[in-house]
Amino acid sequence: MNAETPHQAVTGNRLRDGVPIYYAGNGSWSPSIADAVVAPDGGILLVEAAKGPLPLEAVGPYVIDVTVTDGVIGPIGVKETIRAFGPTA
Amino acid sequence: MYRYDEFDRRFLEERTAQYRDQVRRRLIGQLSEEEFRPLRLRNGLYLQLHAYMYRIAIPYGTLSPAQLRMLAHIARKYDKGYGHFTTRQNMQFNWIKLDETPDIMADLASVEMHSIQTSGNCIRNTTSDPFAGVTADEIEDPRPWCEIIRQWSTLHPEFSWLPRKFKIAVSASEKDRAAVHIHDIGLYIVKNDAGEVGFQVLVGGGLGRTPIMGKVLREFLPKKDLLSYLEAALRIYNEYGRRDNIYKARIKILVQALGIDKMREEVEAEWAQMDHTPLDLSDQTIAAIYEHFAPPAYPAPDAQGEATLATAIAADAKFARWVKHNTHPHKQPGYAIATVSLKPLGKPPGDITAEQLDLLAELSERYGFGEVRVTHEQNVVFPDIPRGALPVFYAEIAAAGMGTANIGLASDIIACPGLDYCSLANARSIPVAEKLGEHLAAREEEIGPMKIKISGCINACGHHHVGHIGILGVDKNGEEFYQITVGGSADEQSAVGTIVGRAVPSDEVNSAVDKLLDVYVKHRSDGEDLPATYRRIGAEPFKEAVYGAR
Repeated sequence: MNAETPHQAVTGNRLRDGVPIYYAGNGSWSPSIADAVVAPDGGILLVEAAKGPLPLEAVGPYVIDVTVTDGVIGPIGVKETIRAFGPTA
Repeated sequence: MYRYDEFDRRFLEERTAQYRDQVRRRLIGQLSEEEFRPLRLRNGLYLQLHAYMYRIAIPYGTLSPAQLRMLAHIARKYDKGYGHFTTRQNMQFNWIKLDETPDIMADLASVEMHSIQTSGNCIRNTTSDPFAGVTADEIEDPRPWCEIIRQWSTLHPEFSWLPRKFKIAVSASEKDRAAVHIHDIGLYIVKNDAGEVGFQVLVGGGLGRTPIMGKVLREFLPKKDLLSYLEAALRIYNEYGRRDNIYKARIKILVQALGIDKMREEVEAEWAQMDHTPLDLSDQTIAAIYEHFAPPAYPAPDAQGEATLATAIAADAKFARWVKHNTHPHKQPGYAIATVSLKPLGKPPGDITAEQLDLLAELSERYGFGEVRVTHEQNVVFPDIPRGALPVFYAEIAAAGMGTANIGLASDIIACPGLDYCSLANARSIPVAEKLGEHLAAREEEIGPMKIKISGCINACGHHHVGHIGILGVDKNGEEFYQITVGGSADEQSAVGTIVGRAVPSDEVNSAVDKLLDVYVKHRSDGEDLPATYRRIGAEPFKEAVYGAR
């Protein structure tokens, strides 16, 4: 995908401990945003994630916009940055 | 303190067993999140940005040493070694795992604590004056009434599914330290012309996106009628309160829509027709509850106590400053009420470590009668310290990082967890509080008494509307900005602050607050707090200072 393509990912909170997790494809989830799968339309990922073998893994999954710079996935906005990297204080 | 009886203990055991099974079924998929969410919320468990947040009720803010040690244990075993005292005299743990919450609930039950009704559309923890029972300026101890309300409202079948949450506060002093006017129902213990003690009942106070001060529903309510009258008021709310719009569901909106006169008419009519008998409070019932709050047998103070204190004050300027700002007169000669600040400069307001909790437990046994009070301003009160013991008490808390002498000053800032933790927040509160507190510390003696309150969203958990200076975090196209209000007050002169102008970016908050404080210091008359100066000179000088002349 080039820089102009909007990138989206799917995130939620892990059921067992509430940790932010990201849909990593093939029904798997990861606590690292670096592992997220991205697509121009996160809605498709959301549908795929819901069908995965671990539907209990994530609570309240939703689509987020992300940046992809030189292949590195990053959050957009203060809230998603704090979710991805932890409290600032 | 109130002690649980066999009924209380059995109830908590049963509730814990029910909840343990609910969590088990959720984890194996027998319950969906939609089904489980109301169950966990009923037990004080929220899902926040990084983890589950568990909110524990501290009835009217009172904690025993065993309870303090249990909170320390929970912080160590289930969290990251610390907890957070909230603006409603509760405690929150921010790093909780769902599968461990039944064990936490069982641990809490072992020390007569729980998390029930700390969330959901029910009657929440009743809050009170942290100086209750020990301050000379109260008519009588409000804690027994909080306990009576707690027992009545816990799992009340008619009021477990109200249109929205419902908060009650009780105060008995001329000086309101319980923010009574911002509660759904506020109760002032008063004397009528005949000298009888009863309640002035306020209704419809609240903050959030529609801040409103409570209005007088009844000037005087006899003690025996408290529960029947509350029941009548809640019935009217339950029947007419809006359930179609969450933003208009609080009782304040109903009171605003009906008008206080119509609201009063409805409540009085309901009260007149209902059977009071089951709810009438007999003298014996009241006395039985009061027994739990009987004053301790205060030993005669050490004859050398005052001399010890005077010597220490003369020798240590830091201690002298702490005594000046962090102690309050006690009704018992020779004793003091001491407030331990949980606002060390540059640290999150209201946070406390497991080690600090353990130390407070030990000190409450050594220098008091085994009791502390959590304040809605996120500090901890020791109600009964011999004045002669203040120097050693101070030395112990100061060594543990709790000796900041700033109670009621500019760096004693209330702040909600904000966007660092809360899924509802629009902006961060804690870093703003940390930086502002550090910035203002150098001039807080010059400023004098000051209430600065910060919220990370319009839900106003940081009570920003009623800060002398209030700061509200807002989101503008993904960036954090802060809207500033001036002239608010949460005490008996309660008022909602006025917005001074457009929101400012976070790096301009300190300078904006400085300018507001400059106006206050320049224009104040002797003894005036900022809200009084604001009422006298109006908003314009404050607005002009921050944004320039129009």
